[in-house]
Amino acid sequence: MNALSVDLSINTELARTILTGFIRSEITRAGFSRAVIGLSGGLDSVLACTLATEALGTENVLAVRMPYKTSNPDSLSHAQIVIDKLGIKSLTIPITEIVQPLMDRYPSASQIRQGNMMARARMIVLYDQSEEFHGLVVGTSNKTEILLGYSTQYGDSACALNPLGDLYKTQIRQLASAMDIPSEIIQKPPSADLWVGQTDEGELGFSYHDVDQLLYLMVDQRYSPQDCIEAGFSKDFVDNVVRRIQRSHYKRVMPPIAKLSNRTIGYDFLYLRDWGT
Amino acid sequence: MKLSLALAQIDTVLGNVEANLEKHLVYIKNARQQGADLLVFPELSLTGYVLQDITPTVALKPQKTDAVFKVLLEESRDIDLVVGFVDEDDRHRFFISSAYLSQGEVVYVHHKLYLPTYGLFDEGRFFAWGDKVSAFDTRFGRMGILICEDFWHASPPYLLWLDGADFFIFTSASPGRGLNQAPQLESARWVEMVNQAYACMFTSFVIHANRTGYEDGLNFWGGSTVFDPNGELVTRAPQHREYYAQVEIDLNQLHRTRARLPLLRDERTGLIQKELNRILENQNR
Repeated sequence: MNALSVDLSINTELARTILTGFIRSEITRAGFSRAVIGLSGGLDSVLACTLATEALGTENVLAVRMPYKTSNPDSLSHAQIVIDKLGIKSLTIPITEIVQPLMDRYPSASQIRQGNMMARARMIVLYDQSEEFHGLVVGTSNKTEILLGYSTQYGDSACALNPLGDLYKTQIRQLASAMDIPSEIIQKPPSADLWVGQTDEGELGFSYHDVDQLLYLMVDQRYSPQDCIEAGFSKDFVDNVVRRIQRSHYKRVMPPIAKLSNRTIGYDFLYLRDWGT
Repeated sequence: MKLSLALAQIDTVLGNVEANLEKHLVYIKNARQQGADLLVFPELSLTGYVLQDITPTVALKPQKTDAVFKVLLEESRDIDLVVGFVDEDDRHRFFISSAYLSQGEVVYVHHKLYLPTYGLFDEGRFFAWGDKVSAFDTRFGRMGILICEDFWHASPPYLLWLDGADFFIFTSASPGRGLNQAPQLESARWVEMVNQAYACMFTSFVIHANRTGYEDGLNFWGGSTVFDPNGELVTRAPQHREYYAQVEIDLNQLHRTRARLPLLRDERTGLIQKELNRILENQNR
């Protein structure tokens, strides 16, 4: 099989039905009717806002823009386009004055540390607004970045529910196109915008197009690494991605609790979150 | 003879029997007003699906002394009901179960035979395996009940057919999975396909009631169907939303189809038994 022929396309109408139903169900059964979303102006958060608006109505969605002083001004303006288009509530809460004291304390902190500070500051702001707005934080992480561990734990990955986490970036783009999201937002290079000039693909060292095909075969179709190489992917690429998935697994699970008693949370105290609702 | 058949494609409250019973009563009242003879609820309709450690706290006994069944049996005086629940037996084993209630009596209780423990499923951890495949007589004819994974296996429907079932009542709480370009999920396509195949191969009515709603990230896709003995689709409820479906089925279709296509008459059960014995004796394959 030719790796380039792997087809990840989805029925967007069905995805839309299931995901809006999911948002509505998981928010209302928890006793809420509203959503709070960190809107960076990037594709994932724009799509999450669009789905949440369709699920809950314009008056029930709060988009929060949280720029840092070095953030790309395009992010703010793209976010504004979406806020205006959807007609949802919005707030702009710069995080510069929140993270700057910590950054000043460690002036030689790496880009990773600085990026994590920003991502976690945004989480604090978002959860504060969650309480104020009486809404749940809707996550925006997609399947590609969750599998690659390309996120800050307790930062941008923190949320109450995530409608996008089973869609690869390629599929996010397809769904976004079907939901009439402006093409300039769909087509711009994905970026965490944690430092000037950062792009996901530049930092990861491969394209979403390629890695989505590989992940789809490995995860969804249960191809072994060797099967993937035989399907046409380079050994280095496959090994790199396998390593990334394994090393980042801690980000995808709850912290392990040391078992002592006969009944331990996480092992034999088993209930869905939707217990009783 | 006609049978007015109703399917309650409902969402449930996870672990709240009282709330789910209330919804059953609303659907039963409506079905009665619409003149339905039989109303079928999905798998675990009284409890919700991913019960895990909730299981022992929502278990019932399908008898008149049980507070929930007392109500349902009373309701069944003028409309037959199939309800999904957790059955706790006298030895305190818990079974995923569906009960057929009619004229104030429990006609039959089916215990789920196959408890999937692969992929997203973990039923075998919390439930006991049923060990009986049997058809039963109703005032409309002989029927058989299977629950979800039971009819992903070909043998239980086949056994019910040989045991005289002309109506296959299949109940599910089927989590949707497998999104591709198709207008329905792979799991939905699969279930509908096998149900239609059973209707064709067994020249029987195949009635499938599936639930809707969400439990955490799982969606239940609905899409309940009825196929007739020709394998023709009689009705299909919409997917991904609660729905009440009612349809009149013509029981004489069994006569007409089997006059044309005598698959049941020609089924060689003696041959099956002989070959099955040989195969089971030769276990090394």
